[in-house]
Amino acid sequence: MAEQAVDEGRRRFLTVTTAVVGAGGAAAAAVPFLASLLPSERAQAAGAPVTVDVSRLEAGGILREQWRGRPVWIVRRTPEQLAALEGLNSRLRDPNSDVTDQQPAYARNLHRSIKPEFLVLVGICTHLGCSPLFEPEIRPQPFASDWKGGFFCPCHGSTFDMAGRVFAGVPAPANLAVPPYRFDDEQRITIGLDPEQGAA
Amino acid sequence: MAAVNPVTGAIAGLQKWIHDRAPGLDAAYRKHVSEYMAPKNFNTWYFFGSLALLVLVNQIVTGIFLTMHYKPSAAEAFQSVEYIMRDVDWGWLIRYMHSTGASFFFIVVFLHMFRALIYGSYQKPRELVWVIGVAIFLVLMAEAFLGYVLPWGQMSFWGAQVITSLFGAIPFVGESLVEWIRGDYVIADATLNRFFALHVIALPLVLLLLVVLHLGALHEVGSNNPDGIDIKKLKDANGKPLDGIPFHPYYTIKDLFGAGFFLTLFFFVVFFAPLFGGKFLEYDNFVPANPMVTPEHIKPVWYFTPYYAMLRAVPDKLGGVIVMGAAVLILFVLPWLDRAPVRSYRYRPLASKLILAGFVVAFVYLGYAGYQPASPGLTLLAQIATVYYFAFFIFMPWWSKLGHFKPVPERVTMHD
Repeated sequence: MAEQAVDEGRRRFLTVTTAVVGAGGAAAAAVPFLASLLPSERAQAAGAPVTVDVSRLEAGGILREQWRGRPVWIVRRTPEQLAALEGLNSRLRDPNSDVTDQQPAYARNLHRSIKPEFLVLVGICTHLGCSPLFEPEIRPQPFASDWKGGFFCPCHGSTFDMAGRVFAGVPAPANLAVPPYRFDDEQRITIGLDPEQGAA
Repeated sequence: MAAVNPVTGAIAGLQKWIHDRAPGLDAAYRKHVSEYMAPKNFNTWYFFGSLALLVLVNQIVTGIFLTMHYKPSAAEAFQSVEYIMRDVDWGWLIRYMHSTGASFFFIVVFLHMFRALIYGSYQKPRELVWVIGVAIFLVLMAEAFLGYVLPWGQMSFWGAQVITSLFGAIPFVGESLVEWIRGDYVIADATLNRFFALHVIALPLVLLLLVVLHLGALHEVGSNNPDGIDIKKLKDANGKPLDGIPFHPYYTIKDLFGAGFFLTLFFFVVFFAPLFGGKFLEYDNFVPANPMVTPEHIKPVWYFTPYYAMLRAVPDKLGGVIVMGAAVLILFVLPWLDRAPVRSYRYRPLASKLILAGFVVAFVYLGYAGYQPASPGLTLLAQIATVYYFAFFIFMPWWSKLGHFKPVPERVTMHD
């Protein structure tokens, strides 16, 4: 039998196509494994709205609720605390809430809330996810000599004012998030529903 | 012919049977153990390689037994660890051996890396040994972090929260990546379950593979020594290095002594100070995970504090994450930064020694600073130390070749 000459071009073509098809197959096979790590259907379904009675909350106090596994704070601000907000703008990173992801449109105002008195925040620092401490008193603090009340993150020293607005020069890049919420009536707040959404 | 002892005869027969079928085993034993020629001037610094292997074995054995009682679910994890501590016979010992082993692993590995640093063991031709070693260090850090999450105490939970949030600093994909890592919108049962899988099977397999590669790469080029001399240059008539001795029995015996000394210290801690003043196991981790409240003073375990201090020293989220990552990754390129004509610091100029001493001071200070609550004075010093840490590496191509180097002797020196 005559010895056949090696067809180099044919051999190269087969090598390349085998490699390309094989790589495509490997990539396709990787998809289910990687996607299996995403939040499951059950995790996505969790997170029903939470209704809170705020009539028991006194001025200057805080309620800590859990919504979608996260702490959510409801703070009833005193007139002094509200008055202190205006003078802080020059020391804040985003005083006018220009980062629109951090609050619904109806909370994009000086006091970052529907009613000035009630502040609703997701209690997770925008830096690395610790839950900041509530430091409402207007008095000098170890972390800020002219403290006007707000939140202090003990993990990495980020500070926020009484509207959850981040101070400049701290590690946290953005204001604390305001979750969607609405007033069902004078006493009750539902976290997780926007004001225009139907009755719960 | 004298009568053959039936037992030794059977053993010799089995050896021959295996040798006929797998002749490579004998060759491998000679290459890596009985005829692996190691420099005869190894000092105390050279214990830490074999000790790292010893701790690895300890972690694997105790870890296997812990998985037989531990429950990787958010509802049961904390209780199951307490169950191991109180109700499982000897469970406390196995758990404390594992938790103390984690800290000792880092003590040993830090000293092992420092040894390589002062004797120039990463220089040509041992770059690959060093690079694989840094990869082991990286995997070890991931392994330790994942393991710390498993008891599901307050520090487990909030440590996981902070570390996974680091990935959120990556532009565009950050937030989605964090959800993918957590398997939920927050640190939850899904996170704990997958961290368990990674901790007990995925990363240990990677670690073992890397350790095999690390030793394989080392045995190709041969061990460095405190003088940084290439012992293969001078050989006897049989082609054996004049300054070399076989690993077995000389260094197996020496390492056995080191292991005994090490285990004495190790078990002193296991029996009398397993929490080590809240440094090996933090007090807040004896409180079950609570997603609503962060502990007042959150800090990593001691072996992460130098890098944590760097993260905190940068007043910017992305910048801090980049600095922290770069601090570890820069170790990979060390072999190409050092331009000194000699390996060992024994023969380097005084200035180089002082620069290295400064590096040690900066690193230890960062470790201290990362352990303390954030304060402005501490942060400023941590920033200075961070700058020094990076300057040490970035300017190494220049400072490492300056000054008057002492002549390196032909033969290794003994100090006994």
